Amino acid sequence: MTVLEVKNIKKDFGKTKVLKDVSFSLEEGQVLAIIGSSGSGKTTLLRCLNFLEKPDSGEIIVRGKHLLTEGCTEEQIRENRLHFGLVFQNFNLFPQYTALKNVTLAPTLLKKGTPQQLETQGKQLLTQVGLQDKMDSYPYQLSGGQQQRVAIARALALQPEILCFDEPTSALDPELTGEVLRVIRNLKTGGNTMIVVTHEMEFAKSVADVVIYMTDGVIEEIGTPEQVFDNPQSEKTRAFLRGVQEGF
Amino acid sequence: MFLPVTLQLLEGFWESLKIFGLTLAFALPLGLLISFGSMSRFAPLKWLLRGIIWVIRGTPLMLQLMVIFYGPGLLFGLPAMPRFTATIVAFSINYACYFSEIYRGGIESISKGQYEAGQVLGMTKPQIFFKVVLLQVVKRIMAPMSNEIITLVKDTSLARVISVYEIIWAGESFIKKGMLWPLFYTGAFYLVFSGILTVLFAKAEKKLSYFRS
Ligand SMILES: Nc1ncnc2c1ncn2[C@@H]1O[C@H](COP(=O)(O)OP(=O)(O)O)[C@@H](O)[C@H]1O
Ligand SMILES: [Mg+2]
Repeated sequence: MTVLEVKNIKKDFGKTKVLKDVSFSLEEGQVLAIIGSSGSGKTTLLRCLNFLEKPDSGEIIVRGKHLLTEGCTEEQIRENRLHFGLVFQNFNLFPQYTALKNVTLAPTLLKKGTPQQLETQGKQLLTQVGLQDKMDSYPYQLSGGQQQRVAIARALALQPEILCFDEPTSALDPELTGEVLRVIRNLKTGGNTMIVVTHEMEFAKSVADVVIYMTDGVIEEIGTPEQVFDNPQSEKTRAFLRGVQEGF
Repeated sequence: MFLPVTLQLLEGFWESLKIFGLTLAFALPLGLLISFGSMSRFAPLKWLLRGIIWVIRGTPLMLQLMVIFYGPGLLFGLPAMPRFTATIVAFSINYACYFSEIYRGGIESISKGQYEAGQVLGMTKPQIFFKVVLLQVVKRIMAPMSNEIITLVKDTSLARVISVYEIIWAGESFIKKGMLWPLFYTGAFYLVFSGILTVLFAKAEKKLSYFRS
């Protein structure tokens, strides 16, 4: 079943055209990996999906429901957002709250359940990301990898239909990326639909069902990991993949 | 002599404390409103408030006291406010402007990521401000706010330029009776009070040290 359809999204910042006619769709339980060099518009695309930016034109359709309607009220935008979750590159945990409170704060404010239910859910999510011992730690007491796992649990607490990750490991020391990637891999096993912007090519190759290579605000190439990584059609994709290989 | 002098000075200091307390009660919230206005996307409001802040911070409080007390009468022939009221008005506006700039600095120092994290979690703007941003701002402005508030303790003495009775006046009135030491003695009252405030602020800062941001 198609969960997400993105049609002809365009976004300018002043004179720079950052997204030029981006379209793709995503099936239930699929993982989409987006690769591409810096500045190609990957972050902007995720921000549009999460309504942190408003596309100039185009459509975002979740399970047949058009989310980009004219004259959206703030209330509607907030509702739209809840179809998506976003895990940021630099975590953005709330520093004054413990790991558990970071996870339970939003569902509590949104009255998604009784305090006991939400606390149970929060503990369960933190256990799921391997942080059962860190529930009462404050963000500054956690490593980057642990903070990012709290951020993932926090996003999961609202049960988004599509969970987006914006380079979830690029702010981490190399030895900490594994623990975060493992969590994302487990989420796939659990049937979560996800969009992951990443520079970890091996990870993209092994976890994704669909890979998009973005350059200059357009989808240059889209296909299965085998198609994009092993048999790219576009010269630009080949050049990018060569560059990545030499870079590591 | 010591006890009657102390009692007389205490009476004066009570007036000083009234100025201090009322000014805080008005200026703390008013400053927050001014800081929101001075960050408004509505440019005329933003520039009007920044202009007012510039004038208030760029001129002496002593002058502002006189303008507020004598100005309405001189300019518009209006009856003057009671002296004490004029003092509270002038102090509140003056301190609200200083506080608003401290608030603004604190609010603007919070990273955009904190707001965006709240937004993608479906929180409303007030929820983001009160549940996510506010405590981080409070922590960051603790030090400059305590400075400003301790300055206010001493600034209350300026009220006497429009003949509002306070502790310095009380101390000076003993000179006519040939006693100079009560005037110097007033300093002890300020010292004790600002000492108490310093301890309280240190406690508050310690309380907020359980997290880092
Ligand atoms: N808020 C903004 N204002 C102006 N330009 C922006 C803004 N956000 C992104 N850009 C520009 O859009 C382009 C794409 O940025 P981004 O989506 O962050 O790319 P990526 O995530 O692929 O590195 C860049 O050229 C960037 O400078
Ligand atoms: Mg990016």
